[in-house]
Amino acid sequence: MVKVIYTADDGSRTEVEAKAGDSLMQTAIVNGVDGIVGECGGSAMCATCHVYVDPAWLDRLPPRSEVEEEMLESTASERRDNSRLSCQIVAAPDLDGIVVVMPPDQI
Amino acid sequence: MPLNDIVIVGAGQAGLQVAASLRQAGFEGRIRLVGDEAGLPYQRPPLSKAFLKGDGDPGSLSLRNAEFFDKQRIELLDGETVAAIDRTARKAILGSGKALDYDRLVLATGARNRALPVPGGDHPDLAELRSLDHAVALRARLDGTKRIAIIGGGYIGLEIAATARDKGLEVVVCEALDRVMPRTASPALSAHVEEVHLAHGVELQLGAGIAAIATDGSGAIAGVETGDGGRIDADLVLVGIGILPNVELAAAAGLDTDNGIVVDAFLRTADPTIFALGDCAAFPATDFGGGALPGRIRLESVQNAVDQAKCVVQNILGAPQRYDAVPWFWSDQFDMKIQIAGLTAGADRSIARLDAEKGRLTVYAFRQGRLAGVETVSNPGDHMACRRLIAERLSPSPDDVEAEGFSLKAFLLQHRSRPGA
Repeated sequence: MVKVIYTADDGSRTEVEAKAGDSLMQTAIVNGVDGIVGECGGSAMCATCHVYVDPAWLDRLPPRSEVEEEMLESTASERRDNSRLSCQIVAAPDLDGIVVVMPPDQI
Repeated sequence: MPLNDIVIVGAGQAGLQVAASLRQAGFEGRIRLVGDEAGLPYQRPPLSKAFLKGDGDPGSLSLRNAEFFDKQRIELLDGETVAAIDRTARKAILGSGKALDYDRLVLATGARNRALPVPGGDHPDLAELRSLDHAVALRARLDGTKRIAIIGGGYIGLEIAATARDKGLEVVVCEALDRVMPRTASPALSAHVEEVHLAHGVELQLGAGIAAIATDGSGAIAGVETGDGGRIDADLVLVGIGILPNVELAAAAGLDTDNGIVVDAFLRTADPTIFALGDCAAFPATDFGGGALPGRIRLESVQNAVDQAKCVVQNILGAPQRYDAVPWFWSDQFDMKIQIAGLTAGADRSIARLDAEKGRLTVYAFRQGRLAGVETVSNPGDHMACRRLIAERLSPSPDDVEAEGFSLKAFLLQHRSRPGA
């Protein structure tokens, strides 16, 4: 299991154990973490699972695909350097303890 | 009168979202979610795509885990059906005979696959795909199959075709009309999708009505017979010719049905205590942009299920709100990301822009001179821009779109009312 910490816009934190191989979007949804919508189920089609990744963890993530880049240009909350779609981040042992901040709006 | 009991019939995407959104909105009463399939509610879109192609565990498709239901006090009655509604007594009667009292009843009964109305159309070995059980069975059967014939060139048929082809099967798609996705897509989108499928080695039999399911001497399926006397051999035949909304429960309770359970703009049936939503609900067609559509529409999509669920919850708990969320759909086939924003039905003009080299396509559909929707292939920026434009009821003219260098995104930036939003 991989510990994932979701921080809401108001600063409240939810700690969840993710199954290795599940995306951070899926993990949030299945556990009922508010703040991530994930309408398209993880196909990088809706940009409603936007998160800001804690900079300490950014280097461990694979680079964004072209599609993710393009979808991030259409997020409801502002795009920042540490913006990612959480459906494209897969829980793995080296991400144990990762912190992601959920933006104020997803839609 | 305070609301204490809400019963939701159907535990698919729409029903589950109603339950989850009720709690999110602060409803403290009893929520019972009745689903005819055993197990936790799950996502359907991957059934024809990643799940079918891979070796993922069915549990990975769950929409929420078991703890969520406990924590949120949502009583999931899985593997149960609602057999009847007693509207006078406000009771939902389960198949087991037990009666559930309700103050509000939400019908999210979904849909089922249409059967193929030809000789052999009821053969027990015909494959279909709607439920997780279907997907598990189909995935196992694809492994032993050399050649699959898919009847129906709509989204489901084409997604399964792409998956089966990626798995190395010979694939033939039979579509009764003269192009794929004939009812939902523009001719330009159909043409592009056909080209990509052909390039990947899918055989397309267009204009191929099916006369019968062909069997061999032992009665096993051997392929299909087409209306023009032709024969297509296949060791597996799958039928994907659309769905029928599950309206029988509502109809038996005396509620109106017309290609779906009839609801008003607030997703309420003629009985003010009963709502319907999702695949099974026929609602008045709002002007989503591109001019009003006549009559009622029924939409089969995750977006529609989720947004209607939120609207139903608002209308149960708070000030009435019309349903007017911008429709959008998506499909994955081979390396194509197909996205449709808006409602392109009844479009009277369409303008297509294809970048053949990059495999990117944008089709602008106009109704009465206003943008009704945009179909894109691997052009997510245009898709998202179109959703925002329609949400704000903004529209470029056909002339704008025809102009050299037109971009939806630039148009949006120029015209939108909420800069930075």
